[in-house]
Amino acid sequence: MRWRIPAGLPVALVVAAVLAVLPFELSGYHQVLAAHVGIYFIAILGLNILTGYTGQISIGHGAFMAIGGYTTAVMSHYHHTNLVLTLPLAFALAFACGVLVGIPALRFSGVYLALATFALAVSVPQLALKFSKFLGGSNGLETSKTVSHAWLYAACWSCAAILFVVAWLLLRGRTGRAFRAVRDSELAAVSTGISLPIYKTLAFGVSAAFAGVAGSLFVIETNGFAQPNEFGVILSLQILIGAAVAGLGSLRGVLVGALFIGLLPEISSSAPLIGSAHGQDVVFGLIVIAIMILLPNGVAGLLARLARLRARA
Amino acid sequence: MVELARRFTIRERRPRQARTGVSVPVLAGLAAACVFLVIGCLSSGIFAQQTVAGLAQGVIFSSLALSLVLIYRATEVINFAQGEMAMATTYTAYQLTRWGLGYWPAFFLTLVIAFVFGVVVQVAVIRPVQHSVIAVVIVTVGLFLLIDGLVTWRFGADLKFMPAPFGNAVYHVGDVTFARQDLGTLIVSIVSVLLLWLLFKYTKLGLAMRAAALRPAAAALAGVRVNWMLAIGWGLAAVLGAVAGLMTEPTQFLQPTMMQAVLLYAFAAAVLGGLESPAGAVIGGLALGVFLNLTGQYVGFATSELRLPIAFAVLLGVLLLKPTGLFGRKKVRRV
Repeated sequence: MRWRIPAGLPVALVVAAVLAVLPFELSGYHQVLAAHVGIYFIAILGLNILTGYTGQISIGHGAFMAIGGYTTAVMSHYHHTNLVLTLPLAFALAFACGVLVGIPALRFSGVYLALATFALAVSVPQLALKFSKFLGGSNGLETSKTVSHAWLYAACWSCAAILFVVAWLLLRGRTGRAFRAVRDSELAAVSTGISLPIYKTLAFGVSAAFAGVAGSLFVIETNGFAQPNEFGVILSLQILIGAAVAGLGSLRGVLVGALFIGLLPEISSSAPLIGSAHGQDVVFGLIVIAIMILLPNGVAGLLARLARLRARA
Repeated sequence: MVELARRFTIRERRPRQARTGVSVPVLAGLAAACVFLVIGCLSSGIFAQQTVAGLAQGVIFSSLALSLVLIYRATEVINFAQGEMAMATTYTAYQLTRWGLGYWPAFFLTLVIAFVFGVVVQVAVIRPVQHSVIAVVIVTVGLFLLIDGLVTWRFGADLKFMPAPFGNAVYHVGDVTFARQDLGTLIVSIVSVLLLWLLFKYTKLGLAMRAAALRPAAAALAGVRVNWMLAIGWGLAAVLGAVAGLMTEPTQFLQPTMMQAVLLYAFAAAVLGGLESPAGAVIGGLALGVFLNLTGQYVGFATSELRLPIAFAVLLGVLLLKPTGLFGRKKVRRV
């Protein structure tokens, strides 16, 4: 097979270059904000692999983020592990948990799966409260070290870049085709020899692992505190909203989705008339509804439509 | 001729579901649980007290679960904003009582407002995205945030108090005390569920709504205005939600987060019952309420932080044994 240059490569390189130069132009506060967007980028990427490519809806990715985040906090708090080393650990542990969740999830489909994962999102933060001696309860568990803004930015976006390439490689080949086949018709997928249990649990595992890394970075970002209410249901819902805005089943819009959920609360809290902490919910809700009505396939759908228009002209 | 016949064949969106599947083991299990509860209540006063309190809580879960089921049956989506809609209507009732209305006039006026609210929501934001399940889910999540933000913005996040609908009296039967509040909640919720059942079973509107939910294409050909039936379904669901919200208020008081936990229990109850089955939702809610109260009383490990995880662990257990819930039927799909 001849090696072809993928169509999106120039755009991806430009975006990467901009992201590499960006921190030198930003203040510390904005670096943290940009790092926050990077964390959402990773989480949305993970959810997109599961929901967008494999067709398994999950409203529980906040739970996997919590698992990753608490991995970092526990390792750093009790064993003084280097924070960078906790990232692959969070990846591995979240992958294992994702596979474990994926096995019972084989029996559910559609709305039932959505609700089962929702149950996960609700239950996992409660466990941190229940086992408060080990996990710090509602006060949270602190990592033994904190990091600078620039370090955070670099860590978040390097992870994002690596994971983006991993996701792209995974999705472009045999595995990606199997995922899409499962999404489009399970029956047809099985009859062409694709093993449902293997690919579904694999999708769950990879997706959860991405979320785990995101959660780990999330904890490092919040001054090294892992707190149960940071990983509440709202976080899971936000990631789902981000994925929908980005467009499911495509990697093109992920950055826009991440920018949307990362920056909108920041922008809308200074909006006129309702510029308060609760005003942001109003703006967020309104825009989400408007986007779903106007752009049912998210930003990726919009880009595809624009490309078609250009091809016709 | 064949060509003509083929053209008139109605394409069905989903296979026919004539009745919900109640299997013998499930019924036997439920009967055993009832016997266990009756024996427990007769032998221990505390047990009886906790059971009644659990039923009163459970019936609130049932109302909200039933409103979820109503919408699920009609459109196969879950309304994540159901709890927030209930919360918003409860605040409406609060505002009405502040304007000088008595509790019960405010109660019934709120139900009317809730109906209109539900219909408007369906027509304005759900109908445009109806074709895609995931879009509807996300729109309801957006609604969740929107309503939450609006209510907090208007009323603030602090606790508000409404006049108590049933007073604070307690009844003594032997050495058992029953709160009048619990009994009132039970009666109001059961009456509203019964009225709804009568509407569906014995009126022309109910028949049309069932037809629209079961076979939209055929119903439309028979002259049923399917879209309006769906909107009315949302309205009725909002009314049931309002009842649940108003009955939650005396124990939780008014705050923007009051229905969030209740919604989660209602999800659990609805799935427990099988999502398709109204009777299942009611039984699921009651069972969950009683189960949670009894485990809270008698199992030391089950502290209040574990209430929600336990509810969901039960749910997962049931789903693993019976993936379509206690009263659900396995869906057969033609490929």
